[in-house]
Amino acid sequence: MTNKERIAGNVAGYVDDRTGAAKWLKKNLTKVFPDHWSFMLGEIALYSFIILLLSGTFLTFWFDPSQRDVIYNGSYAPLSHVQMSAAYASTLHISFDVRGGLLMRQIHHWAALIFMTAIVVHLLRVFFTGAFRKPREFNWLIGVGLLTLGIVEGFLGYSLPDDLLSGTGIRIAEAIIQAIPVVGSYLSFFAFGGPFPGHVFIPRIYMVHILLLPGIFLALITIHLMLVWYQKHTQYPGPGRTEKNVVGYPLMPVYMAKAGGFFFIVFGVTAFLGGVASINPIWLYGPYTPGQISAGSQPDWYMGWLDGLVRMSPPIETHAFGHTISWNILIPGLIIPGILFTGMALYPFIESWITGDKREHHLLDRPRNVPNRTALGIMSLTFMLISLINGGNDIIATHFHLTINGIMWFTRIGLFTIPPIAFVITKRICLSLQRADRDLVLHGRETGRLVMTPAGEFIEVHEPISAAKAWTLTQHLQDPALAIPNVDEHGVRNPAGIKGRIRARWSTANAEQIPAATVTERKELEDGHH
Amino acid sequence: MKRLSRYRRHKFAAPALIVAALISIGTTFSIASALPSQQRMESTAQTTQIAEGKQIFARGCSSCHGLNAEGGSIAPSLIGVGAASVDFQVGTGRMPMADMSQQAMAKKPIYNEEETAALAAYVASLAPGPAAVTNDQLTWERDGNTAQGGELFRTNCAMCHNFAAQGGALTNGKYAPSLMGTEANKIYEAMITGPQSMPVFSDKTITPEEKLSIIKWIKAAQKEPGLGGASLGRVGPVTEGLLGWTLGLGLLIGVAVWLASKAR
Amino acid sequence: MNHELEKFSDPGLPEHVHRNADVDPIAEKRAEQQVAILFVLSALGTVLLIGSYIFIKPSSFIYLPVLGDTNTQQLLLGVGMAMSLFFIGMGAVQWARKLMSDTEVIAERHEFRSPDEDRADFVATVKEQAALADVGRRTLIKRSLGLALGLAGLSPLILLRDLGPLPKKEFDTTDWKKGTRLVTDPGDRPIKPSDLEVGAVAQVLPELSGGVVRSLENIGKDAVLLIRLRPEEFNLDAERLSWTHEGIIAFSKICSHMGCAVALYEQQTKHLLCPCHQSTFDVTRAAKVIFGPAARPLPQLAITIDADGYLVAQQPFTEPVGPSFWERSS
Repeated sequence: MTNKERIAGNVAGYVDDRTGAAKWLKKNLTKVFPDHWSFMLGEIALYSFIILLLSGTFLTFWFDPSQRDVIYNGSYAPLSHVQMSAAYASTLHISFDVRGGLLMRQIHHWAALIFMTAIVVHLLRVFFTGAFRKPREFNWLIGVGLLTLGIVEGFLGYSLPDDLLSGTGIRIAEAIIQAIPVVGSYLSFFAFGGPFPGHVFIPRIYMVHILLLPGIFLALITIHLMLVWYQKHTQYPGPGRTEKNVVGYPLMPVYMAKAGGFFFIVFGVTAFLGGVASINPIWLYGPYTPGQISAGSQPDWYMGWLDGLVRMSPPIETHAFGHTISWNILIPGLIIPGILFTGMALYPFIESWITGDKREHHLLDRPRNVPNRTALGIMSLTFMLISLINGGNDIIATHFHLTINGIMWFTRIGLFTIPPIAFVITKRICLSLQRADRDLVLHGRETGRLVMTPAGEFIEVHEPISAAKAWTLTQHLQDPALAIPNVDEHGVRNPAGIKGRIRARWSTANAEQIPAATVTERKELEDGHH
Repeated sequence: MKRLSRYRRHKFAAPALIVAALISIGTTFSIASALPSQQRMESTAQTTQIAEGKQIFARGCSSCHGLNAEGGSIAPSLIGVGAASVDFQVGTGRMPMADMSQQAMAKKPIYNEEETAALAAYVASLAPGPAAVTNDQLTWERDGNTAQGGELFRTNCAMCHNFAAQGGALTNGKYAPSLMGTEANKIYEAMITGPQSMPVFSDKTITPEEKLSIIKWIKAAQKEPGLGGASLGRVGPVTEGLLGWTLGLGLLIGVAVWLASKAR
Repeated sequence: MNHELEKFSDPGLPEHVHRNADVDPIAEKRAEQQVAILFVLSALGTVLLIGSYIFIKPSSFIYLPVLGDTNTQQLLLGVGMAMSLFFIGMGAVQWARKLMSDTEVIAERHEFRSPDEDRADFVATVKEQAALADVGRRTLIKRSLGLALGLAGLSPLILLRDLGPLPKKEFDTTDWKKGTRLVTDPGDRPIKPSDLEVGAVAQVLPELSGGVVRSLENIGKDAVLLIRLRPEEFNLDAERLSWTHEGIIAFSKICSHMGCAVALYEQQTKHLLCPCHQSTFDVTRAAKVIFGPAARPLPQLAITIDADGYLVAQQPFTEPVGPSFWERSS
């Protein structure tokens, strides 16, 4: 035993004597993680969160979350002697009078954008591969919670510097609060400590931004990861991969090196963006005052879809009995987002109700093999994308020589027409891909080589695909639609009521599949050829 | 051209021309007789300039703006718009318009400086209006205050021209142009004349000194370096989000694909 | 029908293929060098970071294609930091890919569901313990506990009451009174009608009586846009026309939709556009909404001139300015 090994042994012994960790560690250090690039998307979000904590802490050392008036006398000349809030002045100070301060600010903001981006693509991966199914519904709910909180946290961070753009954002948020029926004006006065903008909003949201929400994030992320750990990761179908096992690399050392290394890579890419690309140049926006505005005022992209919905909303308000209800704010600002996020959160339960599938699933779906779900996902994505486009309609108009009115009408109509079309097209594409899979398994791979038959015909040589590939393309479950009787034994029509009819309709749509190829069919075909 | 000659043969064309000529001669004489000899020479030069301007106008502008700049169904009257307006519209190439689109776009000027000055002198001779200014007259470097200009810009200009003077969208395809290459005198003339969609900013509500400050701020914005790296067009969060999705996420997914690939 | 057909069977994990570095000592050496180079690049990045922090002046600029004129220190700090972090990661990953074992391991999964007897035991235990505590029988206790918990939940809400004052009439009032002069923003100079040419606009605020400092809360309600048209261009009823003065019309600049500053005035079309959500208002028809999400016209301020010939308000705004709220009556 070398000296080093002895010391290591002693340390391990010391710790285990006090914690009994050896048994747990022995088991968990060899924990298996499957390897696939799409499994790194959640990690990008996790690492961005850590980068946000680190860079955010750096910023707190200088940021002064106060709306008291100061006269700027820092080194950015175009604003010298301008009256502004201490929050804005201290953000300028971080940007120009703290070396590396601007870099850290930009890293923080880029990390926030990448955090949200990664959450969304991670969510899409989980959705399209069906990773949310039993037993992982809890983790889906936590994920939806993290996404929602991420939007709020991002918006608060964007609001802190008190520049013209962020002040405009707060102004709009205030209008949404104010529009809430019955309690709106009270809530607004409580949130702002009086009339907008007041002097307390930024100090208050600062505490929420740096303490409350990060704490909740930390708790939720911990549970999210513990569940992944405990339930073991899902895996893509393939030879040797079953519902009963998980195939991959052990935590120690391979996964540790890869995941640990990837943290540095994410940090490196974020630092690169922070170094080369300007983000939120608050010194150009100027300090906030309600009498000023800039052309092209937008929120960050994760709020852009909301802004787009608000922009395209029809001008409807109800005035009755001395009260006003602003549908033009409530519908796009609260009701539609509420429906979307509730629907998203409940989706695992809805799908399991439709399919009647209560089994555990650890093998992921190939999106084409679940055409209905994939089409629904693309439909929702299209909806969001159209809203997002309208959120940037002014920038799009000036850069592509279009009119804001034209884009507005396109998105107003497109919001209702394009998503259903996207659903139908996606479903057809999925079924075509299933058909292609079936053909590939039955007829083999086209080699491009032509041979002449004795009869003088040219035919292309088809090579049979490997057993591994054939298995991967045919292993998926194809459950039939639920049998929900139209008439029960007593002759009562639709015994399950309207719910039953909806369920039957969806279940039938869900079960629309191209049958997977089988050995029997391939044999028959081959026998036919010879 | 056919339309122009039709106007030229209009039955009122000759009397109108005579009246115009008489008025201009009359004014010239009355001014000239009151002035010392050196100024008389200058004003003779001015008269020739006006005549030159009138010729250019008749050839290039009168088909839309009318033979005597009285305006038509497709173009406004130019009586009283002043030399500043002509210097701005013609000097930035917006006039003559290339096509009848939503708004006249800045392009390479068709007339050279002399011709523009002649046109301006002609239009100014029709009725009093704001005079054209030269860059030398604008002492923004000395008298302007950048920070004050910034405040004025954000209150009066940023809503159309964007916080960094990059331009922005108006209704129905019109737009406020970027001010990135705009010369000081053209900025000044635009403020006092209100070309096209742009409103007028009167000297009483924004004083000439304040206008110099605005110019000084715009000049600083034109030269504003990338303090934090590539500027991304200075149009706000749209391009930032786009870069985050493409370069940021693209790089990371690229690395993730490599990371999860099996080494040979 | 499917059960009659023979399905494809799982051929099992493919055989492990060795990497070059596993079998070829030269390749192994090369992989080792690659990893080392990546780590050295990271070290160089850190050197660049430290060097640019110490030696490069914060005020120096460099011209680069794509980036344009860029602050050198900011750029090099960023690039140095990016290199130092990125290449540590790349080195670690390359190490794992090339040199650590790449034999795939299989771990078994176990169903999460507890065995039936455990579940039955659990239910039994809960029942037993509940029976011991007599939970089922003590209805009075259960109900009063519910009441207590519910009320206790209210207390934090009560304590938040002092976050701000009650709105009272704050949403309905502005600083505009009868006879308040219109002054320029910024500059605070009073305005005469002759100061504005046709086609001119001015951003104005109410003149505050001596000593009062204008706050952002004031501006947030008081900001007004003054526009001069030709009087014949108006298309207003008699009352609204009497609120204008020699073609000068005044509107609240705070959008009736969500409170942004509506100040994009198109002189030719006489339209006002809000840059936030693109509500468009027609100035000639008392700021009637002609496009976008705003549901109400911008409130018009009645103006006239005082004895000294300066523009003043005839009366306060006749309706609340800014976004709608529940108590708003029209």
